Amino acid sequence: MLAWRRFIVTAAFVAAVVAVIILNARATGSSASASETIHLSEVAQASGIDFVHQSPRLDSKVAHIAAHIAALGACVSVADVNNDGWPDLYFTSSRFGTSNALYINQKDGTFRDVAAEAGVGGGTLNRAGEGVSMGAVWGDYDNDGNEDLLVYKWGYPQLLHNRGLGHFEDVTAQSGLRTWMNSNGAVWFDFDRDGLLDLYITGYFRSDIDFWHLTTTRIMQQSWEFASNGGKNLLFKNLGKGHFKDVTDSMGVGSTRWTLAAAAADFNDDGWPDLYLANDYGPEELFLNREGKRFELARAGLEDDSKSGMAVALGDVYNRGEHDVFVTNISEKGFLFQGNNLRLNFLKELGKFNEVATGVVADAGWAWGAQFGDLNNDGLLDLFVANGFISADSTRSYWYGMSKIAGAQGNIFEDAKNWPPIGTASLSGYERSRVLLNRGQAGFVDVAQEAGVTDLLDGRGVAMADLFNNGLLDVVVANEKGRALLYRNIANPSHWVELKLVGTRSNRSAIGAEVTAEIGPGRQRQVVDGGSGFCSQNDRRLHFGLGDQRLGRVTIRWPSGTEQVLNGLAIDQLHVITEPPR
Amino acid sequence: MLITLVLVVGEARYSILGGYQRLATTLGVCVATEVLLSWWLRGRVANVASAYITGISLALLTKPQANILWPFALGAFIAIASKYVLTYRGRHLWNPSNFAIALLVLVAADSVAILSHQWGNDIGTNLVIWTFGLVIAWRARVLHVTLTYVACFIIFALLRHVIVGGPLFAELAPITGPMYQLFVFFMVTDPRTTVSTKRGRMIVVALVALIETLIRLAGDYQIGLLRPFYVSPPILALAMVGPAALFLDLRRKAAPA
Repeated sequence: MLAWRRFIVTAAFVAAVVAVIILNARATGSSASASETIHLSEVAQASGIDFVHQSPRLDSKVAHIAAHIAALGACVSVADVNNDGWPDLYFTSSRFGTSNALYINQKDGTFRDVAAEAGVGGGTLNRAGEGVSMGAVWGDYDNDGNEDLLVYKWGYPQLLHNRGLGHFEDVTAQSGLRTWMNSNGAVWFDFDRDGLLDLYITGYFRSDIDFWHLTTTRIMQQSWEFASNGGKNLLFKNLGKGHFKDVTDSMGVGSTRWTLAAAAADFNDDGWPDLYLANDYGPEELFLNREGKRFELARAGLEDDSKSGMAVALGDVYNRGEHDVFVTNISEKGFLFQGNNLRLNFLKELGKFNEVATGVVADAGWAWGAQFGDLNNDGLLDLFVANGFISADSTRSYWYGMSKIAGAQGNIFEDAKNWPPIGTASLSGYERSRVLLNRGQAGFVDVAQEAGVTDLLDGRGVAMADLFNNGLLDVVVANEKGRALLYRNIANPSHWVELKLVGTRSNRSAIGAEVTAEIGPGRQRQVVDGGSGFCSQNDRRLHFGLGDQRLGRVTIRWPSGTEQVLNGLAIDQLHVITEPPR
Repeated sequence: MLITLVLVVGEARYSILGGYQRLATTLGVCVATEVLLSWWLRGRVANVASAYITGISLALLTKPQANILWPFALGAFIAIASKYVLTYRGRHLWNPSNFAIALLVLVAADSVAILSHQWGNDIGTNLVIWTFGLVIAWRARVLHVTLTYVACFIIFALLRHVIVGGPLFAELAPITGPMYQLFVFFMVTDPRTTVSTKRGRMIVVALVALIETLIRLAGDYQIGLLRPFYVSPPILALAMVGPAALFLDLRRKAAPA
């Protein structure tokens, strides 16, 4: 009798081990069927985009981990720079003497780099004493009808005023923005709704660090999960006439949590734009805007969930009329499963976000830039996620080396000289991007392979725009130390509608305008982008896929507070909507 | 008591659990499995203190992919069941949580990692736990095990530093982290799975530290075949050395004089 019982227990034990093996095999996630997919084609070269990012070279004191520290700066932002109705592209490079690129849309499927003659390239931005570019955001800060450019840097940020006719003027000196920062993100938004775009620039490394003249090697984070010794984020209020004032402390948004990305939107529907931060080595932060007078750090279910946030993408995942948030993080087999966060916004109902990421949404690799967009025009926002940190010697990995110090006391690894040298090793290198098709309640499914997204470059910034004005969202990816990619959307046409908003009492770029479109039984909400994802900015024209569903009422809430309702908008076309008088 | 302290302090300050459902799952499954199997196979319900420690250890050390719960449930069952299945002369050979975690890491690396949460990398919290841990280890008469392991780790770290190069602190760094607190106070000192003599126990943990160093060197030299091991060198070293030592010890004691 006892022998039988032992046999049964042993059998159960073996069955449990087998179950572990089987369940683990299923961990790689679901794939798409052929009938439901997205179709993209990589056409950068054919479109005349030959930009290759160069990463910074740093002080020799950190040479042993320079590949790790300097693996940032490949960014892309979209704007109609010359007001011709066609989106243009701006890429940043991050090495002294290299040029950023401004690709003007030639309206025939090709682009032409005019950065040097426009004054936003050449060697003017990336030079000794001034720092190197880490990204850029477009916004018409003086409401003159031309999109201006803020380049944030490891160095002095630069504000470039668009004078029209293809020429930019560096107005940083008189703007009040000339403050040395080691920044990897910035957002234009009108926090006080005075009709002038304000600026939030995030700090990553401390601002007293000059990476080309290091006086100390104690420059790294003091914790992998609750670090607070990063650079200070700064909020600049636009005073008009090209002048900005640092109001960080009085507004209470000077986080030092190693912020890598930020996005602004009205998350709690009180009419004021809030700030959502993705922080490396720490929890995400949501700063709620109290009527433009101050910000309050919200307790919204974010504070205890410490990961390595690297991008903030905003999207209304289930067409509930809310801004949900996707934040990228790190996953590496055996070593670390932080997982990306997909946080559904229940601020109004529950006072918090609910984290619901599973499977392919959660574990994409070492994920960087991400953006939502309806890539197949079916009425649901899909998700593009760029992955991969350092692709070097594929036979060597730095993960073990990094794991030695990751669990240690903070004062050990805060000093860069205690880090094991990375040598030629990769670190989560050669990872493919993910294209996550939104199937509504059926969840997301990875269709990257079927969609034709197979590159293994180290993706950073991701931006979406209808670059060819054909009603389909295209995807642009800036790659670290790699060529930029343009994934042209070649899906079969389906129904859509696009809106270009022009502010009058609000900022002219209409950044921060919230648009809710009734699509079939749902309501999809989008916000005009002043910077989102990781070091990127989508086109400010809003794109709504419709599929076979009826487009109902479209409601625009302008940054000024004016609400405008549009009925009976024609579909399959772009509408230019000007903000009505009060 | 110490592990409860670790749990409470860690959760209060750093939310180390990642969700109470994880703790509920491991504790529930560990205790239920212990009660059921002890009653069914031995005719009496065992004290569940051991299952309690195993449950908490698993909840703290297991860090799975994307909110999945099955590693906690199956890991807890496997841990406790191993005490009844993997036995020799009436003694179980593996520390239960060590066995379960080693198994999960080796066969389920796509789903499970070990302790990515570092409790803030805060020296204050760790000093408190080290102090309490050393006092409790002393009172439990296993301090020699803990100290021998720590001494050997430091010696081997110096040796690795000489062999591999790179910063000395990078080799010493791991032992300052929270995974090692659980390891040196709960796993290597488990009286049920250590050998019978004091000298023997010291030799065994020295061997654990030696095997750990070999695994670490494999990591430094990127021996791909051993990659599954160098995600958690001490746990896998103990999983190899501990049972072998106990098996030999039991066999030696059973042999005629």
